[in-house]
Amino acid sequence: MFERFLKVLTSSVIKKQLMGLTGLLLCGFLLTHLIGNFLIFVSPEAFNTYAYKLTSTPLIYVAEAVLMGIFLLHLGLAMVLTIENKKARPVGYYMKQPTGRGSTFASSTMPITGIVIGIFIVLHIIHFKFGAHYSVTYGDVEMRDLYRLIIEEFQNKAFAFGYIVSMAFIGVHISHGFWSAFQSLGFNHPKYTTVLRCLSTIYAITIFGGFSSLPIYCFLQGVQ
Amino acid sequence: MSSEEKQLTLNLKVWRQKDGKDKGQMVDYTLEGVSTDSSFLEMMDQLNEKLVVENQDPVAFDHDCREGICGMCSLMINGQAHGPESETTTCQLHMRKFNDGDTVVIEPWRARAFPVVKDLMVDRSAFDEIIMAGGYVNVNTGNAQDANEILVPKEDADLAMDAAACIGCAACVASCKNASAMLFVSAKISQLALLPQGKLESDKRAQAMVEKMDELGFGNCTNEAECEASCPKGIDISNIARMNREYFKSAVVSKS
Ligand code: FES
Repeated sequence: MFERFLKVLTSSVIKKQLMGLTGLLLCGFLLTHLIGNFLIFVSPEAFNTYAYKLTSTPLIYVAEAVLMGIFLLHLGLAMVLTIENKKARPVGYYMKQPTGRGSTFASSTMPITGIVIGIFIVLHIIHFKFGAHYSVTYGDVEMRDLYRLIIEEFQNKAFAFGYIVSMAFIGVHISHGFWSAFQSLGFNHPKYTTVLRCLSTIYAITIFGGFSSLPIYCFLQGVQ
Repeated sequence: MSSEEKQLTLNLKVWRQKDGKDKGQMVDYTLEGVSTDSSFLEMMDQLNEKLVVENQDPVAFDHDCREGICGMCSLMINGQAHGPESETTTCQLHMRKFNDGDTVVIEPWRARAFPVVKDLMVDRSAFDEIIMAGGYVNVNTGNAQDANEILVPKEDADLAMDAAACIGCAACVASCKNASAMLFVSAKISQLALLPQGKLESDKRAQAMVEKMDELGFGNCTNEAECEASCPKGIDISNIARMNREYFKSAVVSKS
């Protein structure tokens, strides 16, 4: 029984499906993260209060652990699948050309964009979550002034530029990953596959554009 | 012979390998007087005739029907499975697609599951093993049933027929950067899963065939659709999605 379960869990199809599912969950996280971040445009108080509320519930630890789990599963599966894929062709071709009718730039660079995103996430957490701790008081509640930290960080042009480039990598990754996840999960139908493909592009552009607007806005905030 | 027939001189780079143990290497040949009316395999025959005359070992390559229906021919031609033309097997590819003085690189299919036998010939019996694992239906022998006893909706029959167009040439594996066999396996699973005769055993079939495929060392699909683009029969990757559904369903629902 357990043996059967293990066999299914380690089968190519289920690994791909887990890859797709974790990818979609991460896509969902990115969207909520983006919407939360848009409070930067509203006011420092709105953004700081949001961040404060989010981090002051003990549930945040559960949420962080789950998110971390999803991310590590996605990363781990990516490594296993990529290694298996490399092993499946021990002797390569002397010459290999894409047909031009199948793979795209995004689809053929998934491991590379993935690695860049992984590095970005580590730096991102170091810079913001574990960055300088300023305080601010609204009414009589003292909280972290995350807004100030973000504005300060994005005064560094190279840092802001690096951030935008990383967002481009995420966008490219999503543009293939989003519809690809549905394909792995078994959703492919003439009725909606074109819609899914379009949605994939729209999602990628939204994430890229949305997150890129932040460093630009923050940089300009500091300039005045 | 057509009126525009031309003669080409080609620079061929062909993979030569004595046997499974030999390391093998690319060998250059110059072939003159190749008619634009000949097929790619006829060009290979011409090369071999020349090699025989020169007392050299002819190049081994797979072929059978030369009509695009048996799936025996293969070859990576200039880095593309079955060459540059879409929905065309190597045997149906014509030399008029090439220009005088072209360099043509010819290699065997490359995959761990397909060891090279000699030169351009690979052992594709891994595909047979996958079929043996579940690519069939069990039927009682005896008189043939009445043709219309089991009704099949037209849409299902069409989709099953599309999947059944697979000739098992393995261009999907060859063109996939992961050497994944998922297009082939999904076509075989689909053609049966779509029909009432195949539905009965579809649970067991999806499990058996997918797990056999994994065991044989094929890679995992990354949904790039190079297989679909290289398939001489235009098999759609929606079959792979169907296989994924079938496998998931069988893993969750199946009693076995
Ligand atoms: S030789 Fe039969 S399909 Fe090409």
